[in-house]
Amino acid sequence: MSHVVDLADTHLSPAVPPAGCGFRLVMKRTLRLLCCGLVILVGSARAAMPPAALSGLVADDSDEKIAAIQALASAEPESALIVLEALAKNLLMLAGGQLLIVEGESVTDAATGVKLAHVPDDAEAVTVNNRVRRELESTLAGLRLFAPDAAVRLEAAKELASGAEPASLPWIERALAQAKDPAERAQLELARARASLGSEDAKVRLSAVKTLAGSADPSVRALVAGRLVMDGERYVEADAAVRAAAADALRQIDRRFMLGDSLARVFSGVSLGSILLLAALGLAITYGVMGVINMAHGELLMVGAYTTYLTQGWFRAHLPDYVDFYVLAAIPLAFLAAALVGAIIERLVIRHLYGRTLETLLASWGVSLILIQAVRVVFGPQNMELSNPAWMSGGVELMPGLVLPWNRIVIVLFALIVLAGISAVMIRTRLGLYIRAVTQNRAMAGCVGVPTRRIDTLAFAIGAGIAGLGGVALSQIGNVGPDMGQGYIVDSFLVVVVGGVGQLAGAVLAALGLGIATKFLEGVAGAVVAKILVLIFIILFIQKRPQGLFALKGRFVEN
Amino acid sequence: MLLHQPSAVPRLLAATPRAGWIALAAFVLVMAVLLPASRLLLPEASPLHVSDYVVTLIGKILCYSVVAVAMGLVWGYAGILSLGHGLFFSLGGYAFGMYLMRQIGRDGSYHSDLPDFMVFLDWKALPWYWQGSDSFLWALLLALLVPGVIALVFGYFAFRSRIRGVYFSIITQALTFAAMLLFYRNETGFGGNNGFTDFKRILGYPITAPEMRLMLAGLSALLLMLTLVCARYLVTSRYGRVLAAIRDAESRVMFLGYQPLHYKLFVWTLSAVLCGLAGALYVPQVGIINPSEMSPANSIEIAIWVAVGGRGTLLGPALGAAAVNLAKSWFTVSFPDYWLFFLGLLFVLVTLFLPQGIVGMWQGLRAQRGRKRTAEPTIGSDQGREAQT
Amino acid sequence: MKVGSFDHASPGQREQWEAAASFGHVATSAALDLSHGVILYLDDISVSFDGFRALNRLSLTIDVGELRCVIGPNGAGKTTMMDVVTGKTRPDSGKAFFGQTIDLTRLSEPEIAHAGIGRKFQKPTIFEHHSVWENIELAMKADKRVRTALFARADSAQRDRIAAVIDQVRLTAATSRPAGLLSHGQKQWLEIGMLLVQEPKLLLLDEPVAGMTDDETARTAELFRSLAGEHSLVVVEHDMAFVRQLGGLVTVLAEGSVLAHGSLDAVQEDARVIEVYLGR
Repeated sequence: MSHVVDLADTHLSPAVPPAGCGFRLVMKRTLRLLCCGLVILVGSARAAMPPAALSGLVADDSDEKIAAIQALASAEPESALIVLEALAKNLLMLAGGQLLIVEGESVTDAATGVKLAHVPDDAEAVTVNNRVRRELESTLAGLRLFAPDAAVRLEAAKELASGAEPASLPWIERALAQAKDPAERAQLELARARASLGSEDAKVRLSAVKTLAGSADPSVRALVAGRLVMDGERYVEADAAVRAAAADALRQIDRRFMLGDSLARVFSGVSLGSILLLAALGLAITYGVMGVINMAHGELLMVGAYTTYLTQGWFRAHLPDYVDFYVLAAIPLAFLAAALVGAIIERLVIRHLYGRTLETLLASWGVSLILIQAVRVVFGPQNMELSNPAWMSGGVELMPGLVLPWNRIVIVLFALIVLAGISAVMIRTRLGLYIRAVTQNRAMAGCVGVPTRRIDTLAFAIGAGIAGLGGVALSQIGNVGPDMGQGYIVDSFLVVVVGGVGQLAGAVLAALGLGIATKFLEGVAGAVVAKILVLIFIILFIQKRPQGLFALKGRFVEN
Repeated sequence: MLLHQPSAVPRLLAATPRAGWIALAAFVLVMAVLLPASRLLLPEASPLHVSDYVVTLIGKILCYSVVAVAMGLVWGYAGILSLGHGLFFSLGGYAFGMYLMRQIGRDGSYHSDLPDFMVFLDWKALPWYWQGSDSFLWALLLALLVPGVIALVFGYFAFRSRIRGVYFSIITQALTFAAMLLFYRNETGFGGNNGFTDFKRILGYPITAPEMRLMLAGLSALLLMLTLVCARYLVTSRYGRVLAAIRDAESRVMFLGYQPLHYKLFVWTLSAVLCGLAGALYVPQVGIINPSEMSPANSIEIAIWVAVGGRGTLLGPALGAAAVNLAKSWFTVSFPDYWLFFLGLLFVLVTLFLPQGIVGMWQGLRAQRGRKRTAEPTIGSDQGREAQT
Repeated sequence: MKVGSFDHASPGQREQWEAAASFGHVATSAALDLSHGVILYLDDISVSFDGFRALNRLSLTIDVGELRCVIGPNGAGKTTMMDVVTGKTRPDSGKAFFGQTIDLTRLSEPEIAHAGIGRKFQKPTIFEHHSVWENIELAMKADKRVRTALFARADSAQRDRIAAVIDQVRLTAATSRPAGLLSHGQKQWLEIGMLLVQEPKLLLLDEPVAGMTDDETARTAELFRSLAGEHSLVVVEHDMAFVRQLGGLVTVLAEGSVLAHGSLDAVQEDARVIEVYLGR
């Protein structure tokens, strides 16, 4: 490698008079052939470039520059791309008649792609004014269609497919002639159709409309719909066949939108479901094991969320470099905080009310009021500001119009992990065995030496801790405020009721089912009506399956 | 006692013991004579003069007491803990509120025949369910029927599936929650967030006049008395004993040939209707009804009134409602930050240390001192019931 | 432990019952037809809970006026059989008839009670907050609809009847005492009294003498013997001495079906019965 640099250094560094660079370039080409193989190693193979075009780039006159840009682009698209990109990014420099691309430490000869050791002292930046820049950008958009990198080409094709002007048509045609990748071709054809919608030829318009029927881009829909608009007396689209095709295309596009829409709803349903699940899992344990209706469960979510908030504050103050990871640190802290609060509630209140469920319900409601007011007094009544860490912002685009936000995806995964964790604790550990034993037969469990009271406290603390985890998740997608728990308590109880008491599998299915059903109904009927419909559905469901999804049957049910 | 039923005296009257009638008479005297006299005849400077604020506060608390007694009927005597009674109360309030809105006439800010919020939402005509709302009697009927029918339908499905205990409580809570969301919407046609307010008249008389306030407070007192007498009759009848039996051992009652569904449904619907009436009286006195009345928190607060006063007694809930709401009025003025702490503690302490409530505890003490037991059957905690279901 | 429960019943069944019990009152079913001298037919009844067969093709008949004892080890299906007869549990298959005409699988619990089947639970279920008198009054054969109950008063004849039953079960001294304060044996007697005052044709008694003293047990046996003839009785019992005192035919259940049938002495010598009781 150093050899190349040396070569370039020794042979190319002599100053070249600015005006005569074209002449010199011819000579350089022979040299370039010599080091061609090595240049490939460097990573930028180049075809020949018309010297006149390159020299035009540094002309003072804008018209001349534009002409040069176009000439360059049409003669040798692949190499031109690199040079013009550099020009657009203000990386191009002129040093003694030689055009250099200077990017940080790396210096490359624009014409040959040969690396230089350093920037010559007399290098001057090549500037472009706005008019030139505009021309440059549109040329670049076309040129990227010919980039060596397939990903860049596809990206460019996509961009054109969603916004091609008739002027780009020649580029598109040319790119189509070369393109092999089916995805790329599809995008290019869309772009061509888009650009040729305004064509004089009805046949061209017809085929364009038919091609556009395959798109799922909202702007395409508008374009196609534009064909069907009446302009005064007459249609914008004169040809009836094209109009019919446009109407047909519109239907196809709409159908595709619906699919995307449905997928989006399923996802947001799953996401809502996973939040409900996190809120309800803890409840499933406390209610399932102890038959305790804990109305302060929502406030344990709140404890988790505020713990997350405090963790964020601590990270900002003490570890600003790692602030993106505060959520991870908050997970165990929120669990512990909520579990601690839960254990205190159990010891002070719930413990004394076992077997009196309605009283437990009321007393725990009182606890929830106290917790809410305490948070209001300490933190103020306003919502707290939490920011998603960088790795949780943004989203993945599955298809046009369908973006899955990262924070939601992470929460779904988190819910799955928590679920797996609880199942493991319940099935594999001694503690889980004890808890299940107490659930099934408290008296007998006590007789065989299970410390039922301790298990009660532990199970309640675990349920509370899981609510705290739910609070961490909630803090990433919703408001963190004193009233946040209240909004979830009704829903999470419904999940437990539908799922069946003490049934983790039931809670999972119920949470997902309710989440998806809610989101779909919301799309059809609006959020409030959806809520009411879901409630009616639950009441009807309980008519059919009074014990929930997974009912215990038989003579033990009532004892 | 059952062996010596006085059959000549109408049993409705016999259901309430003499002490009860004396207390009622004293109550009537206060509400019908002393309160109006003190408001209207005494000069404002007099220490015995009561302000409009106090009259309204009394009227309001009496309405709450009716709700509490209605709640006590279903919770204390039938073992059904409703967390949705605020819904029935609000529905009654909204039904009568419609009439009050129509009585504003063209005196609203927009000087339109339509209520202000409809003009604001650019509605051109009254929705169909507002038809007839300018009639006082129709409004009263609605205040009875709407909560009644909703309770009947909901109760039928819930009791039919034998939804009991906390399940029932949670479903009723969800019910009022859903209704609240519905009423928050402007499209529902009940004024959205703001609900109904700015009332001007009832039957053409100005609503803020002292006489009107006294009248409304007096009517609330009358409603409370009727509710108490009626409830007293109910719980001492065979119906009441069957109800308590259902609460204690529902399946046994079935094997005796009773249909618990019908028994529960009757008391449940009656309770809802009483709440609706109380709501209809409440709204003109406080001058506003909005969806926040339907919030689950409001409904669950009713339960604490009953618990404080004494579950399974009739007077207890009424007293509990009065005590808690007086405390609330005082706290929210003097220590607004501490009201929720107090209320929360009340929930915890009453359930932990005073499961019988004030009246229940007093009755228990009397019984302990070997005095004559009160005629009213005292009801213990629901431990026995849980054990048998 | 179980809280706020729903009763167990499958949806289809419940609809049937609700359809049968028209709103506002309990439908009266067809009149009891005892023309063949048999009061209860159970034919080929099977019930299973989550794969566990509580009753396995059980067939059994009870004659009018008979006093029948049903014995069997735990899990033999004795209680489930009573659940089926009283409508608490619906059989998966098989027929259950009361007399010749009344199909028990189509009636709700209150309707079956009205038809004339009374049941005493294994654990005494009485209304603990009600007095003895009120317990009996509630159980009394009467119109049990809501609107009647609102205005009902026991008339003179009914009060006599209540007093007589209280006398019969020897609770006269405790008439106005809350039932929750009675001793265990007294509670059993009270429940028997509640059964009697319903004037059922068929009484199902699940371990009626559990918790009673020997003296009380003997008196109970005497009472049951005096009831037989006018009433038909099915008694489930573990106490062999009591079964012997009752003196009726004995049916042995095991694993959900009839294992043996005959006099107590006969079944006690049956090899299979010995196997079931002692073999494991």
